[in-house]
Amino acid sequence: MSKPIQLPSDETFVLNVGPQHPATHGVLRIKMRMDGEYVSEAETVIGYIHRMHEKMGELKTYQQFLMNLSRLDYLGALGYCHGHVLVVEKAGGIQVPERAEYIRVITVELNRIASHLFGVGSYIMDLGGFSPLMYMLQDREYILDMLEAVTGARLTYCYYRFGGLYNDIDDTFIARARAFIPRCRESLKKYHKLVTENIIFRKRLEGNAYLSQEICRKYGATSAVARGSGINYDVRKNEPYSVYPEFDFDVPVFTEGDSMARYKVKMAEIEQSLRIIEQGLDKLPGGPIMAEKAPKNIKLPVGDYYQAVEAAKGSFGIRLVSDGSKNPYRLKLRSPSYSNMSLFDEACRGLMIMDAMAFFGSLDLVVPEIDR
Amino acid sequence: MSLTLFNVLAAVIIIVAFVALNAAYLVWAERRGAGRIQRRPGPNINGPFGLFQPPLDGLKLMAKQLLIPNNTDKAVFITAPVLAMFPAIMSFVTIPFSDILVAHNINIGLLCVFAFASMGGMSLFFAGWSSRNKYAMMAAVRAVSQSVAYEIPMLITVITVVMISGSLDLREIVRQQSGNFLHWNIFPLLGNSHNLLMPFSFLIFFICSLAETNRAPFDLGEAESELVAGYHIEYGSMGFGLFFMGEYANIVVGASLATLLFLGGWACPFGLFPGVWWFLIKVYALIATVIWIRWTFPRTTIYSLLNLSWKVLIPLSLFNLLLTAGLLKVF
Amino acid sequence: MIRTNILNSLRALFPEADTVVETPPPPTPEEESGEKKKAGKAAKPAPRVNGMLERDYTVHGYHIDAQVSPEQLLNAVTILDQQQFFLETITGVDWIDDQQLEAVYDFSHYGFEPCRVVIRVRIPRDNPKLPTISGIYQGANWHERETFEFFGIVFEGHPHLVPLLLPEDADYHPLLKDFKA
Repeated sequence: MSKPIQLPSDETFVLNVGPQHPATHGVLRIKMRMDGEYVSEAETVIGYIHRMHEKMGELKTYQQFLMNLSRLDYLGALGYCHGHVLVVEKAGGIQVPERAEYIRVITVELNRIASHLFGVGSYIMDLGGFSPLMYMLQDREYILDMLEAVTGARLTYCYYRFGGLYNDIDDTFIARARAFIPRCRESLKKYHKLVTENIIFRKRLEGNAYLSQEICRKYGATSAVARGSGINYDVRKNEPYSVYPEFDFDVPVFTEGDSMARYKVKMAEIEQSLRIIEQGLDKLPGGPIMAEKAPKNIKLPVGDYYQAVEAAKGSFGIRLVSDGSKNPYRLKLRSPSYSNMSLFDEACRGLMIMDAMAFFGSLDLVVPEIDR
Repeated sequence: MSLTLFNVLAAVIIIVAFVALNAAYLVWAERRGAGRIQRRPGPNINGPFGLFQPPLDGLKLMAKQLLIPNNTDKAVFITAPVLAMFPAIMSFVTIPFSDILVAHNINIGLLCVFAFASMGGMSLFFAGWSSRNKYAMMAAVRAVSQSVAYEIPMLITVITVVMISGSLDLREIVRQQSGNFLHWNIFPLLGNSHNLLMPFSFLIFFICSLAETNRAPFDLGEAESELVAGYHIEYGSMGFGLFFMGEYANIVVGASLATLLFLGGWACPFGLFPGVWWFLIKVYALIATVIWIRWTFPRTTIYSLLNLSWKVLIPLSLFNLLLTAGLLKVF
Repeated sequence: MIRTNILNSLRALFPEADTVVETPPPPTPEEESGEKKKAGKAAKPAPRVNGMLERDYTVHGYHIDAQVSPEQLLNAVTILDQQQFFLETITGVDWIDDQQLEAVYDFSHYGFEPCRVVIRVRIPRDNPKLPTISGIYQGANWHERETFEFFGIVFEGHPHLVPLLLPEDADYHPLLKDFKA
């Protein structure tokens, strides 16, 4: 729990990490009260790129708000778009063709891999190893090129529509996706050799910043943060949505609770996402990609609706309150990084600043998503 | 060798030019090398292979304003970057490039080099202290504890070599290693010592020189991800440029010393045609290794760095020293 | 299992057990007719009374919907904490027509039986005050600060109730329906 930091009267001093700091990857500020190299207290200050997406949601119609969702987490945007279309389709009773749902899952998982590659890569860069980021970016480029061809955007997608998709995937996409799977598996082996087995890397991460299951629960942590602490929670499995029940995949869980476990979860998730993509491409049904009776002007019945999806950074939830008009009455975005970040203040106490930054990186945060 | 004014001037110019050019072009080499390692071209726009990049970078840095933050200790703030470059240049006064190519040989040359090298830590401390910046201050504290911790095993290792050679004269040390590579101090078979642990000695020396020059994975003084830029955070313009070049100049000194002490200096690996080119080849091979290490390893933490020194390297080097002493007594 | 447990525990909050609406959820005509319901803000229903609903998960995305009074809030949250729920989010809704503010607490469970619980509290719009739950769920700290700055709901006992996402000196509440930029 963060408390206001008083002016130190002893030998401690306040260190302002951020808002412009190489390790925060965006504008985020952590007021750290330092005792030498040790962090004795930390207060995270966020909101530097707050854009009030929730108000925009109230002012825009449902369709107009589609493109806002990819501005939350620009690295794994499709997962967030997925949540939005799902909640509106659920509330409006819009049936989605199966093919569209499969393509959604395939693209979401590709996007998840891209996000994880970038997240892990920049995490390693935070630890001082620059080269793995470049290798991972190369794999990520491959995905972005692929997604650009079908969605028309590299990062800020607006690909999903209520009732289907904007564009069907073609044979080129399928061929490239199929080629990507063995390629990514090969490079994963390389990353494990270069990074996971690296002695310096292991010494820094193993035992770094232990998070108990209790603290994860109290702060509502999800994604790798919870799964690295032995909590087997993945919305795709625990609350299956879309066509995820049709896929055979595992949820990687590590019980160590340290930064290494959080890192390993992300690496293992890339492998599982590859499995999902592989099965999705095999099972991909034919048919239309857009519901025939998809309404042009969407007006949802009165009531409130909640939809959680497993986005790249964790469990992303949308709470939609509708009053029957063409705008949402209230649209709450529950962003996973927000909850994951909020436990940093408590968990980083007593760590040395190097370890605190290693811990910070292992939370895999994207600042625009925290600030919304 | 009689020291005429002309000789002195020539030596100064050559040394300064050598160190400065090395520092500038090692930046280029590092960026190209990093590019190679990371599957990207690196600087390749300015001139053939991007070779004009270093002078242009220098021009850009010189064109910038040297900002001195408020409330700093101005004298110390300005001295620090000079001190970063100065010891490296001074060290080359006594470092021989070959049997005849040396600015001024003195019979305690090794001592002289280390006396200058220990000033390097002072520059980091001055910079961090005078910047009035918390990041810089923390970096300065780190840099001092780091250089204290690593100077000890380094010097103990050097004492081992000095005991084998029985001289502090760098030329004499190399002369004793002449012949093929089995005579070198790193390989104990035909050399003066029969200590089989000498490769470890070399390793200790190499690690220590990495740590002394603040190179990755021991670049804790400028640890980007938490201390932003560390001790030189408040420096811009050529102040920063001097720190940057000083780092590379110190690498050259470290690599030269490792070559002289362990790798037979200008001796050819096969006992043929000794000469200055062998010295340079060995030095640049070591520098390439340093660059390679930087782009492969993540950064260590300050406590594992100190643990490595106090709990591993110092006991090992002490043991090695005793073993060498014993072996020298026996044989 | 968890769902039944939590239903039973939460029901204890409402001593007048007869008034509690349980299964099935009272299907308003809008809900049943789905999307074909014509829009129109005619005839706003009266504000909901405190009580519990078991909602249709496939439509609403959550299972249990309990509206409690501010005094019952801490009890309800304690019950959820004892059942190992985690806090998804806290938010507010401005029911300006009823002159009420609603704080919505979303809880979920790490287990494999999906169970989402929504706790709602309705408070008067002119004097929005609620007890903080950050003593029970430390993660509520940020969520409450966010709800405070967006809606002006004051969480009494909160350790550090200043704006989180808005500037430190922000004295406006942008998500209120009568907010004009």
